[in-house]
Amino acid sequence: MSQSAKPKSAEPQLPEDNIPESIARRRMIKAFGWFALASAVPFGVYEWVKNSVGAQGIKRPLRNVLNVNEAIARTYFSDTHLIPTFPVEAAAKQARINGYDGIKSPIPEGWKLQIDRANATPLLLTVDDVKALPKHEIVYEFKCIEGWSQVQHWAGARLSDFMEKYKLGTHSGNVPNPDNTNDLFKYVGLETPDKEYYVGIDIESALHPQTLLAYELNGQPITAPHGAPLRLIIPVKYGVKNLKRIGRMFFADTRPRDFWAERGYDYYVGL
Amino acid sequence: MKRIVHKHPLAIRWFHWINFPVLFVMIWSGLLIYWAYDPYKIQIGDYTLISFFPDGFYKFLGVQRRLAEGMAWHFVFQWLFILNGVLYVGYTFISGEWRHLVPDRNSFREAIQVTLYDLGLRKTQPPFIKYNGAQKITYFSIMIMGVGSVFTGYAIYKPTQFSWLTSLLGGYEAARLEHFILTLGYVVFFVIHIVQVIRAGWSNFQSMVTGFEIVKPNDPDRPLMNKPVDDQPDTPTKPIDSPVEPVAPPIKPALS
Repeated sequence: MSQSAKPKSAEPQLPEDNIPESIARRRMIKAFGWFALASAVPFGVYEWVKNSVGAQGIKRPLRNVLNVNEAIARTYFSDTHLIPTFPVEAAAKQARINGYDGIKSPIPEGWKLQIDRANATPLLLTVDDVKALPKHEIVYEFKCIEGWSQVQHWAGARLSDFMEKYKLGTHSGNVPNPDNTNDLFKYVGLETPDKEYYVGIDIESALHPQTLLAYELNGQPITAPHGAPLRLIIPVKYGVKNLKRIGRMFFADTRPRDFWAERGYDYYVGL
Repeated sequence: MKRIVHKHPLAIRWFHWINFPVLFVMIWSGLLIYWAYDPYKIQIGDYTLISFFPDGFYKFLGVQRRLAEGMAWHFVFQWLFILNGVLYVGYTFISGEWRHLVPDRNSFREAIQVTLYDLGLRKTQPPFIKYNGAQKITYFSIMIMGVGSVFTGYAIYKPTQFSWLTSLLGGYEAARLEHFILTLGYVVFFVIHIVQVIRAGWSNFQSMVTGFEIVKPNDPDRPLMNKPVDDQPDTPTKPIDSPVEPVAPPIKPALS
């Protein structure tokens, strides 16, 4: 390892200097002074965040950055990237149930899906109306915001087909066209019949081809704990947005209220 | 007059000290997130050797039921972690500092010798310029791990948008485990790093703040730069094609 044998990329010696002791000491004091000042910055940042006003369960500065993250995702990410799918055999025989908010009461008798429309009376639809649309199956990895995931097998109608059939989600009352963003409402709101659970979803994710109004799990009608008679399956979001037992659907240009976003979670939670 | 070596450029010192609180926030908020689904453990047969983590551990740290808060901090400070990391790697590359950092084919043998020396099983340590072989391997690995944390992180943060990355890493669940293991790696590194910095002493530590280290011209504890690795007697003369260095034979600074 003699110096002369080393290639040009060899590690150079560290530069050296001879300086008077007083200068060395002064440099040291100066460096530590700056170091002490800079050390105060993280504490300052923490105190600033801690003493900021709250914004739906978390501090305003954190919420602001989450909203910037959403803007970045909605600007630069594709609205049509598909989530990977699996063979049917990979699906869990027992899909996990995690959360009863909004479905603690029995399913209302004579349940109908209510859809609020601008300048028109609400639509009231049955599961059969949804089943009249082309049926799509999806076997994908359901992802909970808690961190667990499970391959599940769901079937239902595409929300985009549904919105097209009933001409929903547009200011004009025409068929929604993903390219005509001016005519589209920005959000879909969903609520359980008892209004105890509610979500808001950006219209791009609602129109995603893998977003379903689901009525079957593992080839069987979905059970009450899984969200009978009709629930949302939206693979591009965490489970929290996959609202069970849809009671009401509406469209808005401002964010509809969202159960978990009110409790400190990101509103967008796009995957 | 004092003889000083300029050890850490200003930029490196900034990157180092910025990374400290940022990585702390990432690990802490990561723990708040991990608590919500904490299945990892090391098992031998049916016997659980280590569980990540026991309830008492969470309770002691007070990290329970803080998932939303954890996600918020994590997805805010990810930007600082990435930015600082990109600037660090970029600077290291452009400035040539990488030559002090990237292990070469001798580093692994040196690392073993350094380890034996640290354990008291060897009398001398191999000569080095800025970092010894063990340090080069460690610091370089940490840099690669940082890249790994970003990639495994994005594989679980945006598994639809980066589905190619998620499958490359073995799937969503695998990527989450990998992200976790890398974090354990930082914690292990941190403990060893602190111990080694304490062992190396004040002069070494303060150089990460001031940038320079005062060296005694003939400190017997500082092996001469040109001392051969094979423990031959020291060569007191300058190397043949040594650059235009000052009079005294170049002295290399102590540990770390």
